[in-house]
Amino acid sequence: MGGQNRGGPPTTARASAPVDLTGYWVAFVTEDWRYRMVTPPKGDYGRVPMTPEARAIADAWDPAADEAAGLQCRSYGAAAIMRVPGRLHITWEDANALRVDTDAGMQSRLFHFDAVPTNAGQPTWQGESRAQWDGPGRSLTVVTRNMRAGYLRKNGVPYSEHAVVTEYFDVAPLPGDGQVLLVTTVVDDPQYLRQPFVVSTHFKKEADGSKWDPTSCSAT
Amino acid sequence: MGPHILLRHLGRLTAAFVPLVMLGAASASPVFAQAELAGSWAAINSEDVSNDGFPVDYIGIPLNDEGRTRALSYSESQLAMIERQCEGWPEFYLVQGPFGLKIWSDTDPVKGGVISWTIGAWEDRAPLTIWMDGRPHPSPRALHTRSGFTSGTWDGDTLVARTTHMKAGFIRKNGAPSSDQATMTTRFYRRGDLLTLLVVIEDPIYLAEPQILSKSFRVSPTPISPIGPPCISGYEGRPLDEGVPHYLPEKNPFIDEVATRYRLPKEAVLGFPETLYPEYRKQLEAPR
Repeated sequence: MGGQNRGGPPTTARASAPVDLTGYWVAFVTEDWRYRMVTPPKGDYGRVPMTPEARAIADAWDPAADEAAGLQCRSYGAAAIMRVPGRLHITWEDANALRVDTDAGMQSRLFHFDAVPTNAGQPTWQGESRAQWDGPGRSLTVVTRNMRAGYLRKNGVPYSEHAVVTEYFDVAPLPGDGQVLLVTTVVDDPQYLRQPFVVSTHFKKEADGSKWDPTSCSAT
Repeated sequence: MGPHILLRHLGRLTAAFVPLVMLGAASASPVFAQAELAGSWAAINSEDVSNDGFPVDYIGIPLNDEGRTRALSYSESQLAMIERQCEGWPEFYLVQGPFGLKIWSDTDPVKGGVISWTIGAWEDRAPLTIWMDGRPHPSPRALHTRSGFTSGTWDGDTLVARTTHMKAGFIRKNGAPSSDQATMTTRFYRRGDLLTLLVVIEDPIYLAEPQILSKSFRVSPTPISPIGPPCISGYEGRPLDEGVPHYLPEKNPFIDEVATRYRLPKEAVLGFPETLYPEYRKQLEAPR
């Protein structure tokens, strides 16, 4: 969070970053492969603590209707986008906002370390994200609200506009001078989840954007 | 003893005593750069757990050819062999199994520092002790055990543990192998009631690249046992002289089961490394 140095000029989130998250990162899909790399069949909701109301909605999932209604990005919202196999490009939007672009679904997220500009009540797929560094040796915590209702999984497992997403971003070394980005995602949704839905997703650092491959949202 | 001599003695005593008091106060206060890990942690099983429902399902494992061949030779009937029934699984199972963790520390009785952290056993996983006192890893030729040898350091408030000297075993319970050269680096991230483990497995014998796994746990209001129930082996109808159940190359009868059931390409089911990256989705979208 941007702040004031004691007796010095104001510090920015960028200047006080304890870790460098910027660059290109590629998803390494070692977990939930069958729910992420392919669209699971209707009714396959393994390990999501859904309410009965959520199950009824998922059972009515109709990807053709979503496409026709222009809702093909439902599974690319902030609660799910980190699970979508693809690449991240993380940059500084300005001194107090970190930007995360995805090639899968071509989504953009802004993590604000100072005041979050509100959308005047209009929810969006990526919502409004408030970020803070967790201190020396720690990484980033991001809390996202005001999201448009979407899907946790591509086969219609819903989250509501009341959902709140808390994410933790950590970077660790890999053998051979590599780096792994661990994103732990906690989705709280009083409407569609019986308990928080917690997943952790891995990305490997890439040297450049040569494999960046923007693709549009798809409902299937 | 005159008053000035008494005061001089008191001054010396104070000079000697104050640093001790300060040292005591320092050791009693929290070590801010570290996190408390002790306690009972319930598993959050909202991601893949075990993945051993099918005899041939290596999805998500970057196996090399040798690892794949070895995996396909495995028969789960090996678990009926008396000498293998209580063999248990390697420590990777921490982030693959469905169970919670019981973690405690052993403390230096004089200095108060943590000598080691221990994660209690399950019925089919040995306890893991993480030595924090700087002792070196054993010689490469030293005995390999089910627990292996683990040393730990703090990186800020993240505990980083490195495990070596494990016995050969399995990276997945359905026979995907791990060698006795495999190592495991585990990072423990604590945020309030949430504990997330990030595990990187290196295996020069059976993996084409390091495997990365993670799993989260939440503080448990009820105690989790530091030991599993005892494993007691027994006769399961398999004669002792019948040999080790296995499949010869290209004879595993289950090789197509998952591919057929979920309409997936065989290379994904067999753990080819390229299937773990996003660009592989384009091949999935292509007509098959």
